[in-house]
Amino acid sequence: MSQSARHSTRGWPLWEVFVRSRRGLSHQHVGSLHAPDAAMALRNARDVYTRRGEGVSIWVVPSSAIVASSPDEKDPFFDPALDKVYRHPTFYDVPEGAKHL
Amino acid sequence: MTGVSTLPPLAAYALALGDDALILVQRLGEWVSCAPQMEEDVALANIGLDLLGQARTLLTYAGAVEGGGRDEDDLAYLRDDRDFRNVQLVEIPNGDFAVTMARQLIFSAYQYELYTALLVSADPTLAGLAGKAVKEVDYHRDHATQWVLRLGDGTELSRARMQAGLDQVWPYADELFDPADATGLLPGVAADPAALRPAWERYVGPVLDEATLRRPEPRWRSRGGRDGLHTEHLGHLLAEMQHLHRSHPGASW
Repeated sequence: MSQSARHSTRGWPLWEVFVRSRRGLSHQHVGSLHAPDAAMALRNARDVYTRRGEGVSIWVVPSSAIVASSPDEKDPFFDPALDKVYRHPTFYDVPEGAKHL
Repeated sequence: MTGVSTLPPLAAYALALGDDALILVQRLGEWVSCAPQMEEDVALANIGLDLLGQARTLLTYAGAVEGGGRDEDDLAYLRDDRDFRNVQLVEIPNGDFAVTMARQLIFSAYQYELYTALLVSADPTLAGLAGKAVKEVDYHRDHATQWVLRLGDGTELSRARMQAGLDQVWPYADELFDPADATGLLPGVAADPAALRPAWERYVGPVLDEATLRRPEPRWRSRGGRDGLHTEHLGHLLAEMQHLHRSHPGASW
């Protein structure tokens, strides 16, 4: 791949940033940024997204590595789920006094 | 306005370290909106804000030890250039990004050793500041290191410019380790500047090697910042930094 194809028009590739806010939770996508390589992307993510103590762990992923569903495929992808009520746990009576459900 | 030469040694010491941080903040702030990328604007501003916090603690402490009623604003905004005690390294213009990163590597590596030494200072304020600042400076040093490595061991052009930046800044490095009057009078409290140098060399040397950069051998070196002798650039920097406060004393928003 040529240099120009690999890099954005601004010169640096784009990275997606995922931050885990505390132990036990999963990483959440928080945004994206430009960086020349992975090590700098981590540092930039630290500066841009965790300045106020938001995180205990950061992942950075090249945006080009993300495979996304297409808006054109919205119907076949997501519509069939809408009428499958049995996929939702709505047919159970919740016993009285059961907590943390 | 009393001169700085009459300050008690502890106040003079805190003022010198605080001035280093304060003047470098002003320089780093000049990069905001002008850095190579927006991400770098944020990184340099973050580093600047860490240094500003250090400067505020040190200047406030210098004023308190002096006992003359001067607060951090009086010290930052109402002194003239001859009363500033920072090393000349922090006042020289930013140059290009390579000059700034060379200066940042030299200064952050120095500050890291300084605050590490001050962790065991007999002065609780200095030791307390060092405990917080050493973690901040660890990151500043890493940030500069990453850039020096990438630009030095990068393309032919980036290497030439990184080397030029290093050559430009290197003559100002020795001054960081000059003995100052105040430090000799504060055994157990201040860090002996000369004693910081070996560890500084052990960090900076390998970074330059890995970045394939040649260690400059300058034919001159700066001196005198701690005695109030500065380059022509400090006056211009102060004009910009102090103008608002001097035109509108006590202005706030």
